[in-house]
Amino acid sequence: MPKDHGIGASPLRREDVRFLTGRGKYTDDIALQGQTHAVFARSQVANGVITSIDTSEAEKMPGVLAVFTGEDFVDVGGNPAGWQINSRDGEPMKEPKRPVLAHGKVRHVGDAYAAVIAETEEQARDAAEAIVAEIDEQPAVVDMGAALKEGAPLVHDEIGTNQCFDWGWIEDNRAATDAAIKEAPHVTTLELVNNRLVPNAMEPRASTADYDPGTGDYTLYTTSQNPHLTRLLISAFVLGIPENKLKVVAPDVGGGFGSKIYHYGEEALVLAAARKIGRPVRWTASRSESFLTDAHGRDHVTRIELACEKDGTFIAFRTETMANVGAYLSNFSTATPTFLHGTLMAGNYAVPNVYVNVRTVFTNTAPVDAYRGAGRPEATYSLERVIDMAARELGIDPLEIRRKNFVQPDQFPFTSAAGLEYDTGDYGALVDKLEEMIDRKGFEARRKESEKNGKLRGLGVNTYIEACGIAPSNLVGVLGARVGLYDAATVRVNATGNIAVMVGAHSHGQGHETAFPQVVADMLGIDEDSVEIVHGDTSKIPFGMGTYGSRSLAVCGSAVVRATEKIINKGKKIAAHMLEASEADIEFTDGQFSVAGTDKSVGFGDVALKAYIPHDFPLEEVEPGLEETAFYDPANFTYPAGAYACEVEVDPETGKVTIDRFAAADDFGNVINPMIVSGQVHGGLAQGIGQALLENTTYDADGQLISASYMDYAMPRADDLPFYSVDHSCQTPCTHNPLGVKGCGEAGAIGSPPSVVNAVIDALHAGGHAHVTHIDMPLTPARVWSAINS
Amino acid sequence: MYAFDLERPSRIADAVKLLSDSEESQPLGGGQTLIPTLKQRLAMPERLVSLTAIPEMQGVCTSDAGALCIGGATTHATVAAKAGHYPALAALAGNIGDPAVRNRGTIGGSLANNDPSACYPAAALGSGAVIVTNAREIAADDYFEGMFTTALEEGEIITEVRFPVPEKAHYEKFDQPASRFALTAVFVAKYADGVRVAVTGASEEGVFRWSEAEKALSADFSPEAISGLSLSGDGMISDLHGSGAYRAHLAKVLTGRAVTAAR
Amino acid sequence: MTQVAMTVNGKPVTGEVEGRTLLSDYLREDLRLTGTHIGCDTSQCGACVVHVDGKAVKACTMFAAEAEGAQVTTIEGMGHPDGSLTAIQQAFQDHHGLQCGFCTPGMVMTAAALLEETPKPTEAEIRDYLEGNICRCTGYHNIVKAIMAASGQDVSAIAAE
Repeated sequence: MPKDHGIGASPLRREDVRFLTGRGKYTDDIALQGQTHAVFARSQVANGVITSIDTSEAEKMPGVLAVFTGEDFVDVGGNPAGWQINSRDGEPMKEPKRPVLAHGKVRHVGDAYAAVIAETEEQARDAAEAIVAEIDEQPAVVDMGAALKEGAPLVHDEIGTNQCFDWGWIEDNRAATDAAIKEAPHVTTLELVNNRLVPNAMEPRASTADYDPGTGDYTLYTTSQNPHLTRLLISAFVLGIPENKLKVVAPDVGGGFGSKIYHYGEEALVLAAARKIGRPVRWTASRSESFLTDAHGRDHVTRIELACEKDGTFIAFRTETMANVGAYLSNFSTATPTFLHGTLMAGNYAVPNVYVNVRTVFTNTAPVDAYRGAGRPEATYSLERVIDMAARELGIDPLEIRRKNFVQPDQFPFTSAAGLEYDTGDYGALVDKLEEMIDRKGFEARRKESEKNGKLRGLGVNTYIEACGIAPSNLVGVLGARVGLYDAATVRVNATGNIAVMVGAHSHGQGHETAFPQVVADMLGIDEDSVEIVHGDTSKIPFGMGTYGSRSLAVCGSAVVRATEKIINKGKKIAAHMLEASEADIEFTDGQFSVAGTDKSVGFGDVALKAYIPHDFPLEEVEPGLEETAFYDPANFTYPAGAYACEVEVDPETGKVTIDRFAAADDFGNVINPMIVSGQVHGGLAQGIGQALLENTTYDADGQLISASYMDYAMPRADDLPFYSVDHSCQTPCTHNPLGVKGCGEAGAIGSPPSVVNAVIDALHAGGHAHVTHIDMPLTPARVWSAINS
Repeated sequence: MYAFDLERPSRIADAVKLLSDSEESQPLGGGQTLIPTLKQRLAMPERLVSLTAIPEMQGVCTSDAGALCIGGATTHATVAAKAGHYPALAALAGNIGDPAVRNRGTIGGSLANNDPSACYPAAALGSGAVIVTNAREIAADDYFEGMFTTALEEGEIITEVRFPVPEKAHYEKFDQPASRFALTAVFVAKYADGVRVAVTGASEEGVFRWSEAEKALSADFSPEAISGLSLSGDGMISDLHGSGAYRAHLAKVLTGRAVTAAR
Repeated sequence: MTQVAMTVNGKPVTGEVEGRTLLSDYLREDLRLTGTHIGCDTSQCGACVVHVDGKAVKACTMFAAEAEGAQVTTIEGMGHPDGSLTAIQQAFQDHHGLQCGFCTPGMVMTAAALLEETPKPTEAEIRDYLEGNICRCTGYHNIVKAIMAASGQDVSAIAAE
């Protein structure tokens, strides 16, 4: 019988009731008395010198209360890069300033150079149109290869180059890897593109600021995945408002996928404006603005080589990547293509040699940063495409070639050739599970049926491993991170026994209001309904780094466990006093503190009440109250892994690819709420399939975003996708966090693109088009048709 | 969007008057195209004249001559539900946009706009329809004048569209995956006096008749009849969804599939 | 400015609106019914779907003045009077058909319109009907499952956890 509460159960989500009845409270739902509206004037050119901005007409227009330009922020700090990367030659990375509003130059279409605050949004928009900006358009640099050439137009003139850094990993392994490839009996080389994506959370970004002139307190309501991080960045680096005078509140947030991790200039602007005019300032992005200015994802161009023996044993992987960072460094732009990408380049494999080179490039496009998977989809895609190609070249079954190279269960903990210590895993079991799920034997018959209908059918497979549960602060600090990546929780037991758990993670779809109480209730043996979380408000929660990187349960959940353990320990002290026993004799099970070997016990609720009515308390030994905080810094990343399979039909006359079935076998270690975990995988699969087949972020040569709305950027719809078959019963619990969880939020998006592309190639090969060895994502009908007919 | 007055007349004559007495008056059908345009501030009418409160412009019926007549302000959803007399047309209407868009978008609005990737122009041209306005009747062959351009005069509104009903017809649409408009689509209709083939989504000039295919299919209504024909990619739309050559190729493939389905 | 009068969730309301005031703005800002969400500006995402005179409509692509005299139902009007969830809403919760909740009001309103027209839709019919509702979180699996369940069909064969 499956449990219906506690760890491992799937209770229905509490947050659903308000979402299903229209009572969610998202940032744009908040209306403050006296609120005003901000509208930004944004560059229509990708690269330009601002020679003058005349705001005089705008300032006089009806309803206008203030107009800001970059001039107003010259003495204010820029939005900082959160991770220092050094180039191979030891040079630190280039860090040009990213101002609140563009100053001196505009560097991408959509770059905001002015802002108008007015009584209504339409009045602000009218006034923004009346701002006269003289912008001397310069040639734009959009293609990374072109950006790196001598004499290319510069995105940031003051750094003299468009290269942010040239990074190698692991530098000490470079010579051995080169030598191994030179000697290898077989080398497969593949050049591929990991296409730029626009995250497109369904809720556009929004920020509303309020300033209380009586107390000097600022409040920022904003669509953020991590309010404390946002507050830290604004306080320490940008506006300098002391943290204790700035409350950041992320209410209900409608999706993020990484795009809402970062601090954006609009947040600083509305705060400064609220201070200046003494009234709340509200801003909500239109979808068009989101397309132009939300941090984009991916955008790598890679050359990967796989050297192996003739029997398919891997000898080496070597990659050269150009990674686009866009016009400005966003907070984690430098970490995503390096320590979240290069470090995964050994994959699930015991390959002895790995060397990764990444050059990051400024271009006149929107900033690029982490998006669901953040570096791991890029690594997985490169590996699993070149492996598929090598398998085809060598005539080896694609699952067999992977099996023979897996790190074996008895080799853990295993330090990969890319430097990460994988704690535990069983990749063979995942492939076994996948084979059970996909009816591989029936494939040929299905292929014949498709052919009868004029369609080609293909089966693509891949495996993946990823590093998440981000991250051990000591390790990442050494590697250049400028922040720690711990998280925190305060468990506050109230006198009448109900519990508030203040967490540093911030749910934007992941169901924390349901999952975290499962953990606490399970540990305390109490009713889940008596536990509620508090999240999203910096004035109420301890400092956590937020929700991304599949870390909420692995890191914040571990903090919740540690804090709950402290509650139990204090409870034991109180119980010992109540039961007149020594603390060492107190046991705690199923909500009861009892004296070992006796039937003397006292319930959790009674202990809670006692803590707050501490009459005859041994105050020298134990304080009143029952509230504990824990900060948890993980010992290592966690390492989910999986095996995926995709079956497609291809219409050779039109090039259209239809996903017929998709199976995902994942190892997430222990799982708290299986229903929520499956949902996370479903969503990730949809995004990965979207990347593989549909989502085509395109800038033209002048830096205009051609795919700037849903009319041209193909979001996956229900009729683009099938039901998925997902399984997470293969569980090798994480060895280093108290819950044994590995995290699941990104796996679907990491693992899925390779099997989709592998499947299409398989279909084309079977259909007589073996000349097609690779097609770059997205595999739109036009691209597939062109490949067939090339 | 910029500010404007919104009028909702209940008679054609009142709508015509409102549209003619000011240069800055624009008609508003279902708004599914105009409202997004206004949101981007790409148009600045001072007055919008809604046509959807005019009962005379609503409804689907059959004329004495057997043609299917559709009021200019009739929604796609209504056509999908009520035009059973002309199944290919009903199916086309039922596949425009999505259910909510179909509850507002109108045939008059679609034809007046003449988006080069829209569906209704292919049906109208493929059927040899008659576009009836407040002032005259225009044959479909004389109506479409290029991308977003029609024979309508300023202030002239489409009050009704009359479709001769063919013996056989089918609309084969290949979706542009983002907009779900036609990346290319072909409407094939077989009448007693010949076959008409209208292609949308492909040409930079908007919907057009593929006369070579019409000739071949009029002689032999089978997909093989066009196997030797091809369209040039020159003058075809080329964008991030496909080249002109791809669209030209699709037009042929879809014509063949439409014929197969119509048979 | 013009006066506009309509019935919203069973209650008559009147207000002053401009010609350009969208129905979505009127609902969200004037009536403070913020359950209807704005997710795009090309009338594609469906987060704003409401019912006007019984038909699903994108509230962001209709002017408030066009709803003069109409019966408008929003997500706030979808529950039972005693606060309990309707079959569709309960099915969405039962089958985890929502994550961040932002597309959810539009999904529920569209699902209600579908089941009115087609009481026992197939998987393909559901997916087709949802063409104008974009979700970025769920991958649609559980949404389709929830709608099938809400229609009384057996969903036990659909893979879940």
